[in-house]
Amino acid sequence: MTAATKPATWPLDIFEAFKRLGIRQVAYVPDAGHTQLIKSCHADKSIQAVSLTTEEEGVAMLAGTWLGGERGALLMQSSGAGNCINMLGIIQECRFPLLMLVTMRGEWGEFNPWQLPMGQSTADILGRAGSVVQHVDDAARVGETVFAGGQMAFSTGRAVAVLIGQRVIGFKDWSK
Amino acid sequence: MARKQKTSLDRRVALGAILARRGDALLVTGLGSTCYDAGTLDHPNTFYLWGGMGAAAMVGLGLALAQSKRKVIVATGDGEMLMALGALATIGAQRPRNLAIVVIDNELYSETGMQPTHTSRGVDLAGVAKAASFARTGTVYNRKQLDAWIPKLYQSAGPVFLVAKVTSTRYPMSIRLRDGTHIKNRFREALLGSKAFD
Repeated sequence: MTAATKPATWPLDIFEAFKRLGIRQVAYVPDAGHTQLIKSCHADKSIQAVSLTTEEEGVAMLAGTWLGGERGALLMQSSGAGNCINMLGIIQECRFPLLMLVTMRGEWGEFNPWQLPMGQSTADILGRAGSVVQHVDDAARVGETVFAGGQMAFSTGRAVAVLIGQRVIGFKDWSK
Repeated sequence: MARKQKTSLDRRVALGAILARRGDALLVTGLGSTCYDAGTLDHPNTFYLWGGMGAAAMVGLGLALAQSKRKVIVATGDGEMLMALGALATIGAQRPRNLAIVVIDNELYSETGMQPTHTSRGVDLAGVAKAASFARTGTVYNRKQLDAWIPKLYQSAGPVFLVAKVTSTRYPMSIRLRDGTHIKNRFREALLGSKAFD
């Protein structure tokens, strides 16, 4: 890793945004970029953190979360966004709020060519599936973007995807 | 491979017998026939899925986690459940005590031309759920077995998984409630009162 050698504070900023938003359920498919956030969620007694086998499960689960009167968030890597498409139809038809945090691969400094097809189409695909898409590339703005995205999702009944750029997360240096 | 047994259960009689005991339980249906079956017994505590094949079990999980004091029943078909075998692993790992899944299993994709599903070819969904760490699982083939199982469905610590093998009888679509936003808002208002619109 080169670009993200300093201890990152943005995962904590996201966690604080979750607390302000009243997030009670966090569904995730693990991603290295979300390691710290996943730990924080599991450690918080007021949050139920649920590990999924595939991202689409989380879209369906968070529809149930809202039906039951709670707020949730879904964490995934960009390669998982494509798995969600048909389930996002439920969100659109029923006007469920859905806050998705997508850690990006296949962009800034990517070394693995197999990450590019999904990474480069994530924003388009989510947008076409009815989600508002907000890309953030500045680590200092991640927390506020998640809070703003959550407010939009929960008060307008829409899917909002916050794409956390690879520039924020850092990339593997393949030159060594 | 599950041993083939003849079933004498009718899908609507089976679901009707289950829902007659629902009390204040919350119900999520899968798309297709179980949605229509439940529609004949419409209730504001029912959320109908008309799409998103494979979503039913996980909608049930999110609801069960949010409403831990209420029983949550998911009623879906074998085709819909086969599309979400991974969800059984997620639910088995999470072990929600208040969640029960009922699969109305006719071994057919009845919406798309009555093609056989894998449950007609030996795939045992209750066996999958058991292997995925569900607390109680079973398969019933007749009314007597079903009646003996219904109390477990509502009272056993979950997650519970019941397969009701049913005949291939097809019924007409009997639900007119299709608008997803309305179905969602009706459900939330019945459950949460004025907080539904916070």
